[in-house]
Formats: sequence, C-alpha cells, structure tokens
Amino acid sequence: MAATRPIRVLVAKPGLDGHDRGAKVIARALRDAGMEVIYTGIRQTPEMIVEAAIQEDVDAILLSILSGAHMALFPRIMELLQQNGVTDVLVAAGGILPDEDIPAIKAMGIKGCFGPGTPVEQIIQFVRENIHPERLQVEV
Amino acid sequence: MQNQNQNLIERLLSGDRRALARMVTLIENGVPGIRDCLAELHRHAGRAHIIGITGSPGVGKSTLVTQLTREFRQRERRVAVIAVDPTSPFSGGALLGDRIRMMELAGDPGVFIRSMASRGSLGGLSAATRDVVRAMDAAGYDPILIETVGTGQAEVEIMRAAHSVMVVCAPGLGDEVQALKAGILEIADLFVVSKKDKPGANQTAAELAMLLSLAPDRRTAAWRIPIILTSALKGEGIDQLVDALERHRRFLQDSGLLRQRAQRQIRSEIEALIVQKVLQHLEEEVSPGEWQRLLGEISERARDPYSVARELEERLGLPR
Repeated sequence: MAATRPIRVLVAKPGLDGHDRGAKVIARALRDAGMEVIYTGIRQTPEMIVEAAIQEDVDAILLSILSGAHMALFPRIMELLQQNGVTDVLVAAGGILPDEDIPAIKAMGIKGCFGPGTPVEQIIQFVRENIHPERLQVEV
Repeated sequence: MQNQNQNLIERLLSGDRRALARMVTLIENGVPGIRDCLAELHRHAGRAHIIGITGSPGVGKSTLVTQLTREFRQRERRVAVIAVDPTSPFSGGALLGDRIRMMELAGDPGVFIRSMASRGSLGGLSAATRDVVRAMDAAGYDPILIETVGTGQAEVEIMRAAHSVMVVCAPGLGDEVQALKAGILEIADLFVVSKKDKPGANQTAAELAMLLSLAPDRRTAAWRIPIILTSALKGEGIDQLVDALERHRRFLQDSGLLRQRAQRQIRSEIEALIVQKVLQHLEEEVSPGEWQRLLGEISERARDPYSVARELEERLGLPR
C-alpha cells in the first residue's frame, strides 16, 4: 500500500513576488513524476500556506521565492507549522537563496535548498527520499 | 491500532481540522480497516446538504464555488469544499489548481477545502469522493460543495453523490447548450449561467429555458428548475443562487425526495463495495502467470472470454 500511494506535495509562493514560472515548472515536473501537486498560486501569506498544507494533508511543502524576503517569511512558516503540530511534513525551498543564508535556512528545519539551474530530477529524487517515513506507513 | 482509530474519529468529531485531513488521506488510499472507521462516521453523518457543481472546463466552477462559500459563510454556515481535478493517465500524477481561485477563502476557520485527484475514476469524481463527503459531514460541515472535473457531457456520477446538482454554463461557447441536451441536462436541479456581464448570457439562458420547456424532467416535475445568471466580476446573482439552493433543499426534504435520493445513493455505494471485493478476490485467485496464459489462449482463439469468465466465477464461488 505504502509504495503505491501517490506522494502529495504543496507548491507555494510566499510573499509578494509574482514570478511563478519556476514554481509551475516544478509543479509540472512533480506531476509527471506521478505525484499529486497542489499549487496555491502567487502572493501567499505564511498563514495561507500552512492552512493549505494542513487541509490537504500533504507529505511535502516546496516553497518558491525570488523576492529576497525568505529570512522573514520562512521562520514564520516553520513557526506556524510547529504551532499547529505539523511535524511530519518535509519542507524544502527553491529560488534565489544566497549561499550565506543557506545554513540559517537549514537550521530552521528546511531540509533542501535548490537554486536556479537545479535539474528537476534532483528535486524529484530529493522529495521521494526525504518524505517522513511514518507518513508513508498507511495503516489505520 | 483500534485505540488510535478511535482517537482520530473523536478528534474529527470534535472539529479538529488535522484529524479530518488525515482521515481524508486514509480514505483516499483505501487503507485496511478504513471501512470500520467509515461505519462509525456514518452514524454521525447525514446532516449536510451536499451540492454538486459541474460544467465544462472554463465556465467558472471554481470561482462560483468561492463565491457560494462566501455567501454561505455570511449565513453562518461551516462550508467544506471538495475540488476534483483529473489524474494523468500516463504518470498517475495530478496538478490540483483549484485552490488558486479560492485564495480569498484561506484563513477562514469555517471553511475546509480539499483537492482530490480523480485517480483513474471516470464520471468526474474520484472513487473516494462519497466517503470523503461522509467524513466532512460527520465533522459538522454543512453544506458540502463538490466541484467535479470539468469534462462536459458525461459527468453524471455527481448525481450519485450530491443532493442538489448545479450545472454551470457560460455564454459565448457556441452551441454548447445544444450539446448539453443529452447527458448533463437531465441531472441538473439548477442551472447557472455564469459571466452574465459578457454578451450572450441572456441568450444562453433563453436557450436553456427553451430546452427545459421541451423536456420537463418527470422525476422532479414538482420542482421547476431555475436558471440563475451570475457574475463573479460584479458579485451578482450569488445570494439568489444560494436562496435557490436552500429552496431546493427544503423541496427535497418536504417531498421525501431527499430520503429517496440518499437511499438510492447508498444502494449504489453498497454495490460498488461488493464489486470491489469481488475484484480483490479475483486478484488473489488468479496469478499474473495464469492471466497471461488465459489471455494468450483467448487471443489465439483457443478459448473465449465468456467461458473463461464462467470458470473464474465458479472458482470465486459465485452462483451460476
């Protein structure tokens, strides 16, 4: 059962930048890899993203951000996830993330950071390998 | 495991959104033991008005669902939405984008939206849709809005899941109304002509009215199917639409049709459960190797599908 159920992923764009080509390319690639991808659209607040992740019961959240506001928005998202008891969801980020910020981003609990030019296969593999193991044990 | 189950159900019944979300996942994945959970949920369900929204792609179903939800919220109802999008037949993946248009509802604790992939099911819904409705109903949401895949003429499956079926048409889609005649026209309890701010909306409504006058639906002759024009852009017609939905709900209750429809739906659910069980037995009974051999023999005309089916039915213990 566990091996056959589709992985569910939320692709979200926090903050105010309106450029979502990258997010759409990723969403499409994950779909073609057999995943169920929920795309939220642009200009999402951390509250909207966390609420969508809860209602959709996703296995992973991929955040795409180009505006440079990641150090303000990411901590808020992680904090809200904690507050809501969502501790078994993989979070990764992509977009314009300066090298010097990456250790801090990872310290927040965001497991993967993917800059421009990352092959989509790498992201697909990362998602597949890093889903929380308990989530895939589907049994009542 | 039993305790864990009970715990999840109790949390769901007390209104915990995360418990409901997890239950929906378990239902979608058909995990072992889920039927016991659903049996328990069934006892708590049966209060919600289930509304189906169907129509061709691009007519504005998601936008309408958003506006309907907002109007129901103003009337202090807790609303659940199921938005079904198609699964790719090639990769098995799906891109679920209905939330994009429902963005303004985000952050309202009285709204629960779940996107579902059709997962190979035809007819505009997913196989698990009705069970998901049951969980949302038990969790106290009323109404529950089901938005089908936008495919056009064969989405009659919604009839077996919803109490009130709303068919959405947009103006300017050429002869679409003509094409509606056969399939979808017969399942509609209400018609919505969306985008009334665009030219041709009145004409589309007039064409619909004419078709309806030509083919009055015998089953619901006491219900006059309303045609409601809406504009999401100008926010017009939505309160009228919700009034019509409420009227339809009362009509179903007063006429006894609600009970009748619910019973018909449950019967088809029981049938589906049995078919599922038979298929499961068949899978256990016939190994992939045997399938290959049987299919080979049939292709070579050494055997035929009918006698093979007969033989397998006997092996499954089905009566002749």
